[in-house]
Amino acid sequence: MLSRENGITPEGLAVMDNRRRFLTNAGMGLGTAAMASLLSQSANARGSAAPGASNLPHGCHHTPKAKRVIFLFMAGGPSQMDLFDYKPNLDKFFKQELPASVSQGQRVTAMTKGQSQLIASTKFKFARAGESGLWMSELLPHLSTQADKLCFIDSMNTDSINHDPGKTLFSTGSEIPGKPSMGAWLSYGLGTLNKDLPDYVVMPSAFWGGKVNVQGLYSRLWGSGFLPSKHQGTSFQTAGDPVLFLSNPRGVDANVRRRMLDSLGTLNQKHFGEIGDPEIQTTIAQQEMAFRMQTSVPELTDISGESAETLAMYGPDIDKPGSYARNCLLARRMAQRDVRFIQLFHRGWDHHSSLPPNLIAQCQDVDQPTSALLTDLERHGLLEDTMVVFAGEFGRTIYCQGQLTHDIYGRDHHPRCFTAWIAGGGVRGGMRYGKTDEFSYNIIENPVHVRDLHATMLHLLGIDHSRLTFPYQGLDQKLTGVNPSRVVTEIIA
Amino acid sequence: MNTPLCRFRASRLGQAAGICTALAVAVVSISVDADDASQISDTSSEAAQESPATDTAVSFGRDIRPLISEKCFACHGPDAESREAGLRLDMPDGDEGALNYAIEPGSPEDSEVWNRISTDDDEMRMPPTDSHLEPLTAEEQSLIRRWIEQGGEYEQFWAFSPPSAPEIPTPENSTWSDSPVDAFVLNQLEKKGLQPASQADPRTLIRRVTFDLTGLPPTLSEVDEFLAAYEDSPERAWEECIDQLISRPEYGEHMARYWLDLVRFADTNGMHKDFYRNNVAYRDWVIRAFNDNLPYDDFLRYQIAGDLYPEPSDDQLIASAFNRLHLIIDVGTALPEESQFKNVVDRITAVSTAFMGLTVQCAQCHDHKFDPITQKDFYSLYAFFDNIDAAPETRARPKNGLQPPFDSFPTPEQAERLAQLDSELAAVQQQIDESQEDAESETLNSKFKELQKQREKVDGQVTRAMVMKERSEVRPTYVRTRGQYDVLGEQVTRGTPGFLPPLETAGDVASRMDLAEWFVEPENPLTARVAVNRFWQQFFGVGLVKTSEDFGNQGGVPSHPELLDHLTVEFTESGWDIQSLVKQIVMSEAYRQASDASPEEFQADPENRLLARGSRYRLDAEMIRDQILATSGLLSEKMYGPAVKPPQPAGLWKAVSMTGQVFRPDQGDAIYRRSVYTFWKRAMPPPQMTILNAPNRDACIARRERTNTPLQALLLLNEPEYLKAAGQLAAKTLEQPEQDRLEFLWETVTAQLPDEQEKAVLQTLLDDLTVKYQTAPDLAADVCRDITLATTTESAVDADSQAELAAWTMLASTLYNLDITKTKD
Repeated sequence: MLSRENGITPEGLAVMDNRRRFLTNAGMGLGTAAMASLLSQSANARGSAAPGASNLPHGCHHTPKAKRVIFLFMAGGPSQMDLFDYKPNLDKFFKQELPASVSQGQRVTAMTKGQSQLIASTKFKFARAGESGLWMSELLPHLSTQADKLCFIDSMNTDSINHDPGKTLFSTGSEIPGKPSMGAWLSYGLGTLNKDLPDYVVMPSAFWGGKVNVQGLYSRLWGSGFLPSKHQGTSFQTAGDPVLFLSNPRGVDANVRRRMLDSLGTLNQKHFGEIGDPEIQTTIAQQEMAFRMQTSVPELTDISGESAETLAMYGPDIDKPGSYARNCLLARRMAQRDVRFIQLFHRGWDHHSSLPPNLIAQCQDVDQPTSALLTDLERHGLLEDTMVVFAGEFGRTIYCQGQLTHDIYGRDHHPRCFTAWIAGGGVRGGMRYGKTDEFSYNIIENPVHVRDLHATMLHLLGIDHSRLTFPYQGLDQKLTGVNPSRVVTEIIA
Repeated sequence: MNTPLCRFRASRLGQAAGICTALAVAVVSISVDADDASQISDTSSEAAQESPATDTAVSFGRDIRPLISEKCFACHGPDAESREAGLRLDMPDGDEGALNYAIEPGSPEDSEVWNRISTDDDEMRMPPTDSHLEPLTAEEQSLIRRWIEQGGEYEQFWAFSPPSAPEIPTPENSTWSDSPVDAFVLNQLEKKGLQPASQADPRTLIRRVTFDLTGLPPTLSEVDEFLAAYEDSPERAWEECIDQLISRPEYGEHMARYWLDLVRFADTNGMHKDFYRNNVAYRDWVIRAFNDNLPYDDFLRYQIAGDLYPEPSDDQLIASAFNRLHLIIDVGTALPEESQFKNVVDRITAVSTAFMGLTVQCAQCHDHKFDPITQKDFYSLYAFFDNIDAAPETRARPKNGLQPPFDSFPTPEQAERLAQLDSELAAVQQQIDESQEDAESETLNSKFKELQKQREKVDGQVTRAMVMKERSEVRPTYVRTRGQYDVLGEQVTRGTPGFLPPLETAGDVASRMDLAEWFVEPENPLTARVAVNRFWQQFFGVGLVKTSEDFGNQGGVPSHPELLDHLTVEFTESGWDIQSLVKQIVMSEAYRQASDASPEEFQADPENRLLARGSRYRLDAEMIRDQILATSGLLSEKMYGPAVKPPQPAGLWKAVSMTGQVFRPDQGDAIYRRSVYTFWKRAMPPPQMTILNAPNRDACIARRERTNTPLQALLLLNEPEYLKAAGQLAAKTLEQPEQDRLEFLWETVTAQLPDEQEKAVLQTLLDDLTVKYQTAPDLAADVCRDITLATTTESAVDADSQAELAAWTMLASTLYNLDITKTKD
């Protein structure tokens, strides 16, 4: 197509034509067409996953039930027995020592080591919800209306007793930093669904109701580890540009940018003709993608076209940029635009002390917006192939940390069991899976390790977790790591 | 013969079910993104590509080991726990060894291995279906068959045998230098029937080598001087240029940067509240060590065991902070025993990645699956680093970011001044004690306070650094069952893996100094090879062994094994002289080749493993930023000292912080320091760096990947500081005579001269933008607002001048976004 001696190409000529348009002040977006052919050339030629499996979507090992994921990460560890895992008989144990037969001398954190373990029953009321009659806490009135869509896993468990490794394990499959996050694995394994937006977007809430112990986040939670960094999550900012460096700097308007990119494209194309390195064409394509993102991202984050009814459904915080509510709405807009993995982080669940008032505040943050998100996805026809996952890095102890009255109590970290729920994306609604003992302390039936949840999520997305691998440090690395993990087929619709 | 075969069959059948779980560890799947995978790691496929024609000898090391490591070792390799059928294919001899058991030398038909890889019976074929491993291809099978036919000879794994100086070949082509580097490279090319590229033009050369040795672009006058000298005598000009570049302080700053990735250097704890951790003195020491050309063996000794010298120097103590660079949690939530365990594992990971090129940490839960490192070996190494006399967790907001043990390192002047102030303080104190009068003692008291203040000020400037320190009583170390910190197994003593040369100990208990000496023993096959390979990687973008973090069985096969061994032997014989190694590499004709080629040639060898051309690849994030600062004239030359915070988009720290931390950028020259001095918060490193593939620095990284993404394009197009720099460069350009401006700008940024076509494209862009900014004076004023003009500012006030400056600013920004600008050609 290109002669190495002759730098001016058909693309170059098209760019010259654009120059005339620029001078008449109508140059927007016209270089794009010229670059389209380059884009298609430089896109990765990804082979199909398995021979004879050509009908499957790219990267899939079997027919997927879900196309995309919205992961609502409740950082800090929400209290399962105050929210989901109903233990009706605990009042009679109030302030009694947790029986040693239950605690079994398990390791605890440095914060409650050596203390007596006095039982704090929940002060919140539970009621049956939906046709399925699932027990749910009074703290989640809106979400209770969605009970028939939810699949609770009460037997979640993890290896980590502390936040940092716990979140790292939940996000990357390993406590040890340096592994790719789940969203990065999906971007790597399944490729991109859209041309104008990242595959993997992360939205941390900018504020939250809980006032105690707000744990930090780390960019490794959405990092690409040893995978190529193009697979890393793009964190949307609540202040300034949603995507870093998205806006043209001061003094540069869209016309100037377009005009500059046209010359840049001509020069890069000329250098490709001389040097021959296909990487130069990738640079041209990425500069054009950047230009398209300058339109597609603001269009995505502009919610002015949403109906008043929709906005009201997400609750009062919808007006505040960076709120969990706003991020839920953005998540729906991203799902519509086929962002593959959308991850919200909502902090403030680490209630070592004063749990009741702080938990109430946290639930006010998330209850209505989460419920609205499910409704909104459903009415856009997106819920069936969008998997919504709601989980923290671990649960909390039945025994109290700090002051203990019926109204005031705190709870320490508890990795041995906790509750997560999934909705949509091929999962059965209105069901519970797994059982804990009467203290929500040990699992007595069907344990689901974080790895099992990962394997199950991958399965629903069409991936055999044991075959999504990447060679690094001499191993074919996997999201689910080296320990055994299983797909929880019992929850699949 | 029958007996062992029966044993083999019976146990295989009996354990068939177990194979499934054992193999889950190392399943190999169809890589869903082969393109990505090939960028990062190479596997046995490379060996297969280079396999000899069917009539030549099969090499165990090149052809067989990578293949059976990939396909067989997970169940028939070093890990006793997962071993099936009592068979090891990684060893020829011993109870479970392969020869005369599963392999009958010379006789494939009698060899179970051959029968089992070649059978059509799905039940019998190895690797088994449930392993998810692909069956061996016909070509792979034939390799194994021929290897058995030729005697099934095992060779010691290449990287675990000490290097010996290979014979230097004599290539037919005599146009290249007679340096051994060139002889080896050329010889390989000739074997493949390839021609080397011609030498790059001198402008490309000076830019390439200046970047490679200092991390900075050449200035215009450096280009001019080099061109003049090159015209005179290319060889002499080249050598003088190299010597001069190596002697610059910027050389150390640049070399240090790679090392800092490797040891995951950062300015914060990296966990929980991510407090400041003061590693400044260590970073400055690394820079000085490269500039002083500290021999690599000492460089290693100081870091592993600098504190154990009889009378350690300041540098030796500061270097021992290598052992304090791991991630660490602050007190309050974790259990100290668990934190201690994690710290030590992290320390070992750094030692093994940096100095051994092995993934030793894989053996913390079980014997290594592919390399002969047992779990006990891991904990024997662990024991060297377990005995640190430091709390396993930091306090909240440790003062000055220092956690005990740390030391003070005053300069002689500071020490003298402190001593003087101390004696003055003592004198005043005595006077106070003796004073009878109120008025007098008031004066004395205020004098005392004044002296104290002075002392604090001087003391505050004294370098302090965390160091390594042994506890007086050695802490017993135990194997941790399944890698769980609280499940103690057998007690172990300090030691090194058995497959490597034995450790010699000076005292009763092996010390870290013994370990350091063991690393730099001439018989140690890994230390020098791993280092040489990494230095090579800095100059060609990929190492002779591509997996520079892994020289084990699953690592890459060297592209030029003899060259690697030659350089390694020379390196150790030179007294581990880094600068001499570096010079030898850049002096070669191989390094000086032109990097252009046909797209087909780029596709045939995308990473330039064969070295049939110069290597062309994108600059690292730091080099891209430093280039923009240097060419615009903003770059500060200040070296060393506390990390600095150039501006970044607002809110990034706060969005992740547990403590509501807000990023506050520095002011003045501090924001124009070289990127090696940029503050590295592990929870949220500077986006200007990470977007361009800089690692988080929470894991040891021996090689960065290089991607090309739209977020990178956005960064280079829109970063406000980068546009400001473009403005400064525009202002400098406008100081040139009008007819020289385009050339000045292009040459400043690219070190090349623009041709007529490039000038024409820029001229029309300039004309268009000038018209645009003339009709939009507000926009022009926005562009110009941050630009500092050296000459009188009046001219810039009028609208036309502002339009002109704005247009030139966008021109400069255009050049900063060229592919050739962010790339080393």
